[in-house]
Amino acid sequence: MTSNLKIAFLPLNDAAVLVAARERGFAEEEGLALDLVPTTSWATLRDRLVYGQVHAAQMLAPLTVAVTLGLSQQPAALAAPYKLNVNGNMLVMATDFAKALEQNVAARLADPLGTAHDFAAAIGLWRRKPVIGVVHRFSSHALMLRYWLASAGIDPDRDVVLRVLPPSLTVEAMRAGEIDGFIAGEPWGTAAVEAGLAETVAIGERIWQRGVEKVLAFREAWMEENPDTVDRLLRALAKAALWCDDPANHPALADLLSDPRYVDQPADLILRALSGQIVARAGEAAIASPDFMLFSREATPFPWRSQALWIYSQLVRWNMVEHDAATAAKAAAVFRPDIFRRALADSDMPMPGASMKVEGAVDLPLAVGSRRGELTLGPDRFFDGRVFDPERIDDFLAGFAAPR
Amino acid sequence: MRIVIIDDSGLRATVLEEGLREAGYDDIHIVPPRGAFVARLERMAPDVVLMDLGSPSRDTLEEMLTVSRALARPIAMFVDQSDEAMIGAAIDAGVSAYVVDGLRKERVKPVLELAVRRFNAFAKIQAELDEARTALSDRKIIDRAKSILMNQRSLTEQDAYALLRSSAMNQGKRIVDVAQALITASDLLGGGL
Repeated sequence: MTSNLKIAFLPLNDAAVLVAARERGFAEEEGLALDLVPTTSWATLRDRLVYGQVHAAQMLAPLTVAVTLGLSQQPAALAAPYKLNVNGNMLVMATDFAKALEQNVAARLADPLGTAHDFAAAIGLWRRKPVIGVVHRFSSHALMLRYWLASAGIDPDRDVVLRVLPPSLTVEAMRAGEIDGFIAGEPWGTAAVEAGLAETVAIGERIWQRGVEKVLAFREAWMEENPDTVDRLLRALAKAALWCDDPANHPALADLLSDPRYVDQPADLILRALSGQIVARAGEAAIASPDFMLFSREATPFPWRSQALWIYSQLVRWNMVEHDAATAAKAAAVFRPDIFRRALADSDMPMPGASMKVEGAVDLPLAVGSRRGELTLGPDRFFDGRVFDPERIDDFLAGFAAPR
Repeated sequence: MRIVIIDDSGLRATVLEEGLREAGYDDIHIVPPRGAFVARLERMAPDVVLMDLGSPSRDTLEEMLTVSRALARPIAMFVDQSDEAMIGAAIDAGVSAYVVDGLRKERVKPVLELAVRRFNAFAKIQAELDEARTALSDRKIIDRAKSILMNQRSLTEQDAYALLRSSAMNQGKRIVDVAQALITASDLLGGGL
């Protein structure tokens, strides 16, 4: 019997796995009919999930933690058993602002630490406190932007203005001069570059090489009550993700996403991020960034609990939540590797043996213990060389200078 | 009770405002979600904020509600989280509401119910307008097909229409579809007008 599933999404390349699951038959093979529900704001996507108007949603990983901890409107226990992608964001700034940065854009992107310091100097030269668009307070982008700015001594709550606006409004806000730059999922940064409004200043993958991004989120209670449907969906997504990761399929994937029902942007702009060919300044040659956005390899979809805890550590760092052991445990429990293992037990997906790892410790591709298949983890360094040991959150937090 | 309606569509906001005024609320303001709308809203210090659930500016508004100093008291979505029927009706109608914490439920509920009714009424008006617009363009297509037939086959207008209608009936199609097919064919064959 076919089950109908409603899944909310925002128009972004990050919807790739959901769209491919529906359009390439992977969901159908598992007896699922996916009804992909477009939404224009994270608030509405969250409400549709929390109030049961959809079964699942493509959600910002930090938002799943925030909703569960009661930090974003109506508290609700959410569960994230599957990561839809790793990385895929970029920071773009107005072309005038970027004049104060390294002019060789390839060198600029290759050296995020140097660029952060250049950025700090550029703030003083700019005509106002730079207004940077972020898609949501509880987004990976905002947390990575804060992490990156702070490394150069910039206080993101004092030295810049972070303005929240949804991805689809970013380019228009640049054009109207309401913001001086923004960090968002693709293809919105590329669209601003292509319009000659902005240049790429940093890409997420160079800030945290394997940064957690969008997850598939359920209401926990619904997920527990519908194990068979959940497992079928995860299997369909895993197959779709494998298809999405294959470079040979990127042009077809870009075509699918460009449909007005999904991202509704030109396929050639969407393709750049999928294929890791980033044009940082309009008219210039693309900069190869093969790990710009991952869907499948290295067990990308596996929801490492340590990544939920990294998110939690950053919420604590920026005074968005009070730190205590019970809250930390609640945050970690939002990511559900147990469900992932159950659903994909008989698949070809390499299965990590552990549920937590030290984040930011892998320099070169590393073969690790797995319950099945060969699992190689890709380099997952933070650009500043810090490592996050989920067993020692307090030490990690103490390592950052206290907010001034 | 001060009510602010954040809305881009002038018509929907007016439909809602009228309803609220009829119900005896008189402190109502409409703010379009553009430019510095957040600063305007802060100055107004509303008790209730109503907004289209489909508006992309909801994230911007919620951020303001989180960090704002002007709105000292926390604000919560919807009146009563346990009232699932009300929440369902609001989401279906596309209403999102933010209410100053502490405002009594009995005072807010009628406002929200009214907003739901008016949003639904507006959606109906919108659908009727769309329908009227479609009907208008349908008529233009049929007129053009008629004149092709009148010119090429020397029919009267009445006969041209009768021919279109009988073809449509025979093929089990709508007249407008047959008319469109005729126009396309005529264009392709270079026999256009």
